[in-house]
Amino acid sequence: MTAGTPADGPDQVPPPDPAALAGRERLAEQVARTGMFGVSDTPDTSGYGGLKVRRPPPLSSQPPYGSYFDDVADALGASLEQSGLSFGDAVERVVTQYGDLTFHVRREHLPAVAGRLRDDPALAFELCTGVSGVHYLADEGRELHAVYHLLSITHNRRLRLEVSAPDADPHIPSVVDVYPTCDWHERETWDFFGIIFDGHPALTRIEMPDDWKGHPQRKDYPLGGIPVEYRGATVPPPDERRSYE
Amino acid sequence: MTAQADSPAGAPGAAEEAEEGRVYTVGGQDWDEVVAAADDAGDRPGAERLIVNMGPQHPSTHGVLRLILTLDGETVTELRPVVGYLHTGIEKNMEFRNWMQGVTFCTRMDYLAPLFNETAYCLAVERMLGIEAAIPERASIIRVMMMELNRISSHLVAIGTFGLELGATTVFLYGLREREKVLDLFELITGLRMNHAYIRPGGVSQDLPSGALERLREFLGVMPGQLGEIRALLDANPVYLARTKNIAHLDLAGCMALGVTGPILRATGLPWDLRKSQPYCGYESYEFDVPVRDTCDVYGRYIVRMDEMDQSLRIIEQCVDRLAGGRPADDPVMIRDAKIGWPAQLALGPDGLGNSPDHIKHIMGQSMEALIHHFKLVTEGFRVPAGQVYAAVESPRGELGCHLVSDGGTRPYRAHFRDPSFANLQSVSVMCEGGMIADVISAVASIDPLMGGVDR
Repeated sequence: MTAGTPADGPDQVPPPDPAALAGRERLAEQVARTGMFGVSDTPDTSGYGGLKVRRPPPLSSQPPYGSYFDDVADALGASLEQSGLSFGDAVERVVTQYGDLTFHVRREHLPAVAGRLRDDPALAFELCTGVSGVHYLADEGRELHAVYHLLSITHNRRLRLEVSAPDADPHIPSVVDVYPTCDWHERETWDFFGIIFDGHPALTRIEMPDDWKGHPQRKDYPLGGIPVEYRGATVPPPDERRSYE
Repeated sequence: MTAQADSPAGAPGAAEEAEEGRVYTVGGQDWDEVVAAADDAGDRPGAERLIVNMGPQHPSTHGVLRLILTLDGETVTELRPVVGYLHTGIEKNMEFRNWMQGVTFCTRMDYLAPLFNETAYCLAVERMLGIEAAIPERASIIRVMMMELNRISSHLVAIGTFGLELGATTVFLYGLREREKVLDLFELITGLRMNHAYIRPGGVSQDLPSGALERLREFLGVMPGQLGEIRALLDANPVYLARTKNIAHLDLAGCMALGVTGPILRATGLPWDLRKSQPYCGYESYEFDVPVRDTCDVYGRYIVRMDEMDQSLRIIEQCVDRLAGGRPADDPVMIRDAKIGWPAQLALGPDGLGNSPDHIKHIMGQSMEALIHHFKLVTEGFRVPAGQVYAAVESPRGELGCHLVSDGGTRPYRAHFRDPSFANLQSVSVMCEGGMIADVISAVASIDPLMGGVDR
């Protein structure tokens, strides 16, 4: 029954409308960006200029996670107990989304967690299929993320580890000792994002020239490019074009 | 090629004295001089050690790969691969284009297997959109067929260039001649021989043209014989066997540690193929085998690739049968969701492929709303819900993974590709160190690295 119908009586407090509550919650969320068009220095008459895009709070899934995810979480918890570490200490957040399981691991515990994941027969994540960096510019205090994609051939399962570090202290322990394949992947992530992997045998640039300044895939690093002129008309470089976001 | 003989810095009388040692520039027939000079320096410490720089422009390094070899006589004691010469910032560029445009960028990474790049990317986008179940059956069949054709063309280049590097020019010519047949099919179906941007989020860009199925059947008829010709040349060729058997050994434990997948992994006896273990695009409904060898050497990888081409032909045949079997009138190749699938039906005009005249007539003359919709979808694109996803396909070189992060906007917040060449190339040091310098060529060719994929 909706609020405000006569049957409720005049003295009863109408129950809050869930839609209105959801709307209020949404308005309280942090503003991720304003405006729908990327260009701010030209008068925009489209009417979209004042729109605010809000960012939802970080996801955190509660057990049961479904699929094989509970088995993995339980096995990892049991395995970590043996080395005197609790699941909650090592993993700050579990996210299940789009059929993937992600453990957000506290960076100091990453090598221990990775070691257990590889060596425990109940987990057996033998293969690491790489490290991928992500730069969340607006996520203050945890701007830099390193994402590890693990694969268990024994159990035919996938798992993702996510570790974050602040821009001011971009250090994450290396997992090269556990997964030697991460050697190049971590070099790539250092090269593109400036995450320093402590304990990596030779953390040097891999894709960019050795004397390159900056880390090109960070969000505060411009794309670059030059305007292209053709028959008198000029097309600006991609990051300066009007963007219809 | 530059050869560099180690000698203490500051040795008298050398014009080309570098900090690290004496540098010789070798331009062809003057190898004797270098060896003689290295012999002269015999009483100096470390004089036996010869550092040879191979690449980045060297015919047998598969693109711009640079190898720094430390030699003791003809034995490789240390090998360091250097990559990055072909880095083009594709991942960064994708962050500045909408989700649909992303296809045209990622197709250029591993340019011998463009359709796999496109599929990995599209599967990731579709998972985030939650439209996996809504992809039309016909689109999935075409995707599988195109990928298997692409697997054949990619393996043919791998084996052809491999033959060339070992001195067998005929194999190279055979390989590229057969690949041409696949490229002709690609040109017929997608309009392009490479960089197709054919597979799009939601389906494929256009249906098969008329006559394509006949051409495919023709291809299926001649191809087994042509592959047999290559096998007749190589399979039992004593020279080829001597250059490939027990060369560049990498066992299962090594593959696991170094993240090696694809034919190299299957040549160690593990039948790991994502098409079987984690099927996508309906691969579970096709009949095919996963070829395996347990020799862990270059020859095993070659045989696995040859057998895989036979299996690909089997899959293509099943695809053609399904595509030919009575098509319902309303069977689309693009998702029916008008917010994602582009409205334009492409048609071939006198100036090439473009929007069909009917569609232009509709948006320009009949419906303002259709025009607005077309404009919004093409300029702004569709939104993808926030979150991240990792989708993987079995490319000819191994697991090709696509990690996408969305912030809920019309462009990827981050796109990362786990290219199998990148991961597999790390193993070249392990394969080569302790072996002969001549076997380095075999080892690199058996990894089949594609520098466009390595450097992205």
